[in-house]
Amino acid sequence: MAAYIARRLLQAVLILIGVSFVTFVLLYLVPADPARQIAGRSATAETVANIRAQLGLDQPFYVQYGRYFMNMIQGDLGRSYLQKTEVAALIAARLPATLQLMAGALFFELLLGLTTGILAALKRGTAIDNALMVGSFIGVSAPQFVVGILLLYVFAVQLGWFPIGGYGTLAHLVLPAITLGILGAGWYSRMMRSSMLDVLRQDYIRTARAKGLDRARVVVRHALPNAILPVIAMIGIDIGLFMSGIVVVESVFGWPGIGQLAWQAIQRVDIPIIMGVTLVSAVAIVLGNLLADLIAPFIDPRIKLR
Amino acid sequence: MSVLGELVRRKLALFGLVVITVVVGAALLSPWITPYPPDQQMFDGLTLEGAPLPPSAQFWLGTDLLGRDLLSRLIEGARTSLVIGVVANGAAVFIGTLVGVTAGFFGGWIGTILMRATDLMMAFPALLLAIVLAALFTPSLWIVALVIAMVNWVQVARVIYTETRSLSERDFIEAEWGIGAGRGRILVRHMIPHLVSIMVVWGTLGIATTVLLEATLSYLGVGVQPPTPSWGNIIFENQTYFTSAPWLVFFPGIAIILLALSFNLVGDALRDILDPTQKGRH
Repeated sequence: MAAYIARRLLQAVLILIGVSFVTFVLLYLVPADPARQIAGRSATAETVANIRAQLGLDQPFYVQYGRYFMNMIQGDLGRSYLQKTEVAALIAARLPATLQLMAGALFFELLLGLTTGILAALKRGTAIDNALMVGSFIGVSAPQFVVGILLLYVFAVQLGWFPIGGYGTLAHLVLPAITLGILGAGWYSRMMRSSMLDVLRQDYIRTARAKGLDRARVVVRHALPNAILPVIAMIGIDIGLFMSGIVVVESVFGWPGIGQLAWQAIQRVDIPIIMGVTLVSAVAIVLGNLLADLIAPFIDPRIKLR
Repeated sequence: MSVLGELVRRKLALFGLVVITVVVGAALLSPWITPYPPDQQMFDGLTLEGAPLPPSAQFWLGTDLLGRDLLSRLIEGARTSLVIGVVANGAAVFIGTLVGVTAGFFGGWIGTILMRATDLMMAFPALLLAIVLAALFTPSLWIVALVIAMVNWVQVARVIYTETRSLSERDFIEAEWGIGAGRGRILVRHMIPHLVSIMVVWGTLGIATTVLLEATLSYLGVGVQPPTPSWGNIIFENQTYFTSAPWLVFFPGIAIILLALSFNLVGDALRDILDPTQKGRH
């Protein structure tokens, strides 16, 4: 177990170094010029060249990446080109808002996804099952910006139940969390249904029924715990979905998290921030996958860690 | 029974097929069926105060903030969605299959490098990567398609890789080696035909993902650029009006959801039909 974790952590570190390298190369190759962006449209070529030299952008690629790499392994993600603040500090300041949003989305998607999945499995083949599965398909087919804008229109503008944007109270959290979670709710609903159907087919469920236990008791005590665990184990993988979703959701709702930070940085070609947010996201995704793999053998002892 | 026959027998898949047919038809016939030229700013297309017009007998789905007919722009935008859906996803399935088969069938150090590269790509938040690339290159229809393909091939590569590996260990492949069949023959005659069904399923499901990704990039303003209409950039252009003119978000939004939903429904049904191991799970 310990050896397995050690090997996976080493792999994770290698993947993160790879991510930093690939991102750096991509940002190095793009035609957008950060120095021009900082200097403004009317700046002379000389000013732009000065800024480029100041930022070290005139150095050869390997020198630039080498310097970034040496700083990165010491936890220094550099400074924002435009705000001059440390990227690590900017991300740290924005992270709590994003984590709050993700927690809300996770709560919503599990609540909706698991209940509808269980209900659909128990009512298999009925109109309820069909309606829920169509609903789950719509959930995975709806772009988050459309869901977000429609929710805002109905529940904030028309009904006035929730604020139109911003951050702070629970009321602010509801609509963004639903928007971020609706995709996952669709997936969880389908996975939960299929897992529940698998379990209901097992011999031990038939045995439990055969010895005279009533259906409700069999479902709640025997089927549910076995069916729900493999689905819960997918939470780690969710982090990737969330990391993609936050850029859009935070921009629709004006949520002050790292997604919005990234989006603003992209528009201003503020490369250190783009690098920083990409790396933080990659860390979260890699750790999420590791978590999912580590939980798996506890849930299903037939799975061996290799 | 043929695959198409099986599809038509399923209500949801049939619904998906009908929607896809209608959208494809509208896109192909758009020069003849748009009620107005999609880019024309109509003299009577705005209120006296200069606000967009709600749906009416004259403009069925209303007009946008520049006084252009929304229905005409949606029909024209269907072309954008479909072109990107087919081109970007076709490229993604092609790259994914190439990588997956190479790594799974030939293995060796090339296979190892390819699969490590795939692992690396999995660690990127897909949408963030796409936004960064689309924003920093000068956006055009083809750049958007290319960016989406670069992000979406990874899933296909993993699925094809796993399937190729498990096929390699099946008896009939072993037997082929035994009777002295060459690599090329095994690959072309025995492997690829087994992979086609997966490619068809992912080719269909992937279009849904692609349509959503294109819409999202265009909504953020880094996808297809106006005046070329795309369902995403119609919402992007008009979103400041969404409280007073909600139809400008509602209709394109519904169009995106319906098209993505249809490809998902058809893809899911295809997986059911083509993959015998999934039988009885639904």
